[in-house]
Amino acid sequence: MSDNNDGEERVFVRPDGRKADEMRPFKIRAHILRNADGSAEIRLGGNWIIVAVYGPKEHFPKFEISQDRAILNCRYHMNPYSTSERKSPKPSRREIELSKVIRNALEQALILDDFPEMSIDVFIEVAQAEGSTRVASITAASVALADAGIPMRDMVVGCSAGKYNGHIILDVGEIEDKEGEADLPIAIMPNLRKVVLLQMDGKMTHEEFKEAFDLALKGAMQLYEEQLAALKKILESMSTLEEGVKSEEE
Amino acid sequence: MANNVLKLIKENKRIDGRGFLDYRNIVIEPNVIEKPYASARVMLGDTFIIVGIHFEIGTPFSDSPDKGILITEGEVLPTASFGAEAGPPSEEEIEISRVVDRSIRESGVVDLSELVIVPGEKVLKMFIDFNIFNDDGNIVDAAVLGAVAALLTGKMPDPKYIAEHIDEVDKMNLKDVPRVPIPVRDVPIATTLALIKDKFIVDPNYVEESVADALITITHTMNDEICAVQLYHGGLGYEQVFEALNISLNKSKEIRNILLNQTKAELPSGGG
Repeated sequence: MSDNNDGEERVFVRPDGRKADEMRPFKIRAHILRNADGSAEIRLGGNWIIVAVYGPKEHFPKFEISQDRAILNCRYHMNPYSTSERKSPKPSRREIELSKVIRNALEQALILDDFPEMSIDVFIEVAQAEGSTRVASITAASVALADAGIPMRDMVVGCSAGKYNGHIILDVGEIEDKEGEADLPIAIMPNLRKVVLLQMDGKMTHEEFKEAFDLALKGAMQLYEEQLAALKKILESMSTLEEGVKSEEE
Repeated sequence: MANNVLKLIKENKRIDGRGFLDYRNIVIEPNVIEKPYASARVMLGDTFIIVGIHFEIGTPFSDSPDKGILITEGEVLPTASFGAEAGPPSEEEIEISRVVDRSIRESGVVDLSELVIVPGEKVLKMFIDFNIFNDDGNIVDAAVLGAVAALLTGKMPDPKYIAEHIDEVDKMNLKDVPRVPIPVRDVPIATTLALIKDKFIVDPNYVEESVADALITITHTMNDEICAVQLYHGGLGYEQVFEALNISLNKSKEIRNILLNQTKAELPSGGG
């Protein structure tokens, strides 16, 4: 563990000056797109990700319909201006893989059998990418799904940990992702204590993996609080609206 | 079939009679095809794959001028099962190719700095192509076994020879360049586990995969480090993650021995 306070330990500095177990600043806002049934945005350091949810709605084409549950569609997409070198808008193999693992993570929480023969679309647009976009996307998508009023067993919240210059670090940034030794993105259902996204790249011993996993869990719990705060804000603004309507009626 | 799997798992049995932590029979044949620089065929039970490795001369990526290029791609052929279709790669095919790629790349199995001809200008580009001819589940473990078997037994065009004859490089036929062993530094082993009714089984077959509550691949280096993880579907309890890691570590040692025996290869020295 890296929590001893001797001088040597303090020498380790991350590219953006953070401590090993420190998140970048983050902010989540719900209900930011007028046309969508549910929406959210997350800022995590330089990451800026916007998510829209449409549905539940009738599914097309008909032959794909599922008789006992809604189909969840999920697209993770990086915009051309999201990186310093232009990203082709055409979906890359990476984006196709990430769309699939993000869909799986969200599916574990959604109660899809409430909506047979329907579909729910989750569109994730990465406006600016700065490391750990997949987990930030899941965190925002979960808020957007809740904002759309779709029944869920739990929230889904993602966070990453990794290894950089020999140290286990929380919330892997862009430089740390490129130059670091390992990257461990996870997503969890915090109340059900389940891991619903688990990937790793790079090299870690079993002990390092455990340390990184526990650190990512801690980060996820911080983001979970922020998810709840964002949703609470929306509920509050809605109840003010209702009160406004009532007082007009009186 | 699927219901049978579930019923038997509750009785601590598997549909093909294996124990929960038993792999199917593994047969690895290196050099099954002569045209490429390296190849192998792997039979994992009835899962049948072929891996071939090619080299070309290419330009390095601008952010890694002193490294060769590794490209791994896989395709499930229309021969592989009743439902398999020809055509552009599906989401699943892209995912498994990327997991195989990460298992190879992140373990540092090939020292890419030894694929450099002229730094920043010319490097060897290595293509690992794998195809699934018959899919009875657990494609990833079979593909990683095949790729590593091919790497351990294959040869590549000598980058030093090409560098010494760089003036003639445009006229050079890569096939005529003297060959050297591929610089293999590790023997990564991928192990795939399925969680069914809260029990882990290794090396799931096609039916077991189709009913699994969760499916995960974990790749270990020869120094017992974890170098790739992918949860394909479902979810795991926090403790189950570490149960899976431990099962995988133990199985990886056993499978690595099978691979080294069947390819008659030695464990690379050093590593890491």
